[in-house]
Amino acid sequence: MVPLNHYLVLSGLLFSIGTAGVFLRRNLITVLLSIEIMLNAVNLTFVAVGRYLNTVDGQIITFFVMTVAAAEAAVGLALVIALFRHRETLNPDAFTALKW
Amino acid sequence: MGYYAFYVFAVVAVVASLLVVGQKNPMHSVMLLITSFGALAGLYVLLDAPFTAVTQIIVYAGAIMVLFLFVVMLLNVPREEPVPAHVSSLLGPTGMRIGVVLSVVLAIEVVWAMTRVGAGWFNQGPGTASVSSVRLIGTALFTRHAFAFEATSVLILVAMIGAVVLARKEHH
Repeated sequence: MVPLNHYLVLSGLLFSIGTAGVFLRRNLITVLLSIEIMLNAVNLTFVAVGRYLNTVDGQIITFFVMTVAAAEAAVGLALVIALFRHRETLNPDAFTALKW
Repeated sequence: MGYYAFYVFAVVAVVASLLVVGQKNPMHSVMLLITSFGALAGLYVLLDAPFTAVTQIIVYAGAIMVLFLFVVMLLNVPREEPVPAHVSSLLGPTGMRIGVVLSVVLAIEVVWAMTRVGAGWFNQGPGTASVSSVRLIGTALFTRHAFAFEATSVLILVAMIGAVVLARKEHH
């Protein structure tokens, strides 16, 4: 059986990739996709640790993370659409004013 | 066998995620992210969590990514724009370099920390018969976690109404 550390390192790598995406990309949709990568990295940690502790709680938390991710994607994409209507761009640097 | 499968899925997940971040075209990013989620579903199967693996495919790769695809097609912005001239140099190539350095530092830190986690850190409970049992998941979800489950339904309702209100066309 693959040791727990392998799964944890993999999930750490995926989380760092997601963070890099949020740091580096100038496209709101790609930023949201990077957040999904980070959420999935955390899901992998939950399932792996749950498996090694012999409990189903890890998988249950994963379901809750998935529902929160779905809600986040729906609201985030609605915000992206609303912002795009105003500014005709997806560059996060263009949205610096709270009101215009 | 388990090791080979793990490394195949792990490499696919990491490479696909790197390409998601590296792509200029959001459409390609979404497709690669679906690949990455497929690899993660394979890892869940290796972890004796077939139900989570199927949920990953249906809910994540199916529903959520289709939502992203709809928005990518709706907005029709195939390319990322170059940095506008008037923004500060922090957001230009220098900021890019700082971002890369910060991400690499984070990756090193997290990987270092994760390699040091030992099985002895957790006190192993008596445990259930099998973590892959859907019956156990359902029982735990609807008894011990019943409140969180109901709260989730309210969360989904709020998100649904919020999305409709936010994306609605304003009539002037």
